[in-house]
Amino acid sequence: MNEENIKQELENKFSYLKDAVIIKRKGRIFVAVELDKFDEVFAYAVKQMRFLALSAITGLDRGDAFEVIYHLNQEGRILLNLSVSLNRENPQINSVCPICPSADLYERELEDLLGIKVNGLAAGHRYPLTDDWPQGEYPLRKDWKAKISNQGVQNA
Amino acid sequence: MHNSEHYSEDVKIPMGPQHPSLKEPESFLISLRGEKITASSVRLGYNHRGIEKACEDRTYTQGLYLIERICGICSHSHSTCFSQAVEEIAGVEIPARAKYLRTLIGELERIHSHLLWLGVAGHEIGFDTLLMYTWRDREVVMDLLAALTGNRVNYGINTIGGVRRDISSKQKEEVLKGVAILETQTKYYIDLAKNETTLLKRLQGVGVLSHEDAVRLDAVGPTARACGVKRDVRKDDPYAAYAELDFKVISVNSCDVYGRTLVRLGELMESYSLIRQIISKIPEGAIAVKLPRKIPAGQAVSRYEAPRGEDLHYVRANGTEKPDRVKVRAPTLANIQSVSKMLEDRYLADMPIVIAAIDPCFSCTDRLIAIRDSRNKEKNTVTWETIRLKGIEWYKGQGIDFKSLNKKLTESF
Repeated sequence: MNEENIKQELENKFSYLKDAVIIKRKGRIFVAVELDKFDEVFAYAVKQMRFLALSAITGLDRGDAFEVIYHLNQEGRILLNLSVSLNRENPQINSVCPICPSADLYERELEDLLGIKVNGLAAGHRYPLTDDWPQGEYPLRKDWKAKISNQGVQNA
Repeated sequence: MHNSEHYSEDVKIPMGPQHPSLKEPESFLISLRGEKITASSVRLGYNHRGIEKACEDRTYTQGLYLIERICGICSHSHSTCFSQAVEEIAGVEIPARAKYLRTLIGELERIHSHLLWLGVAGHEIGFDTLLMYTWRDREVVMDLLAALTGNRVNYGINTIGGVRRDISSKQKEEVLKGVAILETQTKYYIDLAKNETTLLKRLQGVGVLSHEDAVRLDAVGPTARACGVKRDVRKDDPYAAYAELDFKVISVNSCDVYGRTLVRLGELMESYSLIRQIISKIPEGAIAVKLPRKIPAGQAVSRYEAPRGEDLHYVRANGTEKPDRVKVRAPTLANIQSVSKMLEDRYLADMPIVIAAIDPCFSCTDRLIAIRDSRNKEKNTVTWETIRLKGIEWYKGQGIDFKSLNKKLTESF
């Protein structure tokens, strides 16, 4: 399966993905998916299209919204990057752990660093911040600034 | 024979964050019945330094130096992976010579990392002679890295758009000489791994991770390849000069620590071959192109086969001289989830070597410094000066006076 076939298959299966699948270069496909459609596209890509490996999940703050990108790959070769936007007021997304068990730590990172609620994530240690990290402080949000002075790091 | 049947209850043992067998902090909670591990969980994050956030406040070039410091072992992996992403967004192709030089340093780094691992593995099973031998040999490659880049660990050879130092014909000869010594030694280690009873008895059947679990948990690098998962970014998604070089992806099906040892030893031999090819094929020409300070808006995902497996960087640019987001996923984070599986139903005594066998690097994985006194919950600030003075006082208590030492040093020059 090459990049063109993958694009075709996604567009045929999900009509709303027409124009959303972008082949950036060999081995790199980017797809922006709406939140309500995300679960089905993700499950299809993993189970039917055999993008079995999850390389990482990137969360980022665009200012107006959060964006979460799932970097999936097929046999290590082609990277399918599925991105989804979440509103800033109440950012929530369903856990993909039932499909990709390796997502656990990446999803904890989304919760810790960006304050995105991951529904269905099993109870466990937080990652990567300390247990005494103050509540409601999410360092990767753009409006969060580290309080650093030449006296050293404070409130970190 | 294990003695688990004599016990009716599990005992929970915390290991870490100051771990007896690793030099970096991480914390395992082990449930034991007798000597057998019945369950384990891991807590990471002790090395989280907020590098990703810090990159957003720095220019791409400053970020490159910060990213190189994510890890003291595979520093070149991270700086190359980041540079590749930025170059891709800028739409710049770096000169062929630069690609070869990046590959050369990358393979030398793999050699130093794998030899370091072999030594640590020897140490964890009480075979310290192997540690002494491999670390002695590792100095050969460390010297080469220092000669080529100017530094032993954080090489600083990469720049966005290429590399910063060229290689001379004399250096090429030195590299070949060093590789010849290392190859002879590695053959000796391979022979040792195949015949030495200590290694065979201590590594075979230990830390088993099935092929299915390796795939399901997305293990990477030598950990995956020892379970028959033939994946290597250098082959699957070639970068730098790998598409033009000939090499084999080493994999075995034994799924244990012994297999992970054989894979790394085999990869050392492949690295020597790769380096010889690089030295004979390296094209003439420029070693870098100049990039504008402002990188156009865009995104890129860059991958790199670090000594421990797939390293992935995601960079998003917003048209300014600073990135909007830099995400780093180092190989240990991908492999750590397999560790609990490897420890299941195994002996406590195997734990150090099983953990060491994924060649964990928690600095890479955690990428914060939080200083807080847990006893009084007060925010506590420690400055470099306080740390320095504390250090001087401590040594004074031990009978070492830096003042007189400094004086002696100045006089001797």
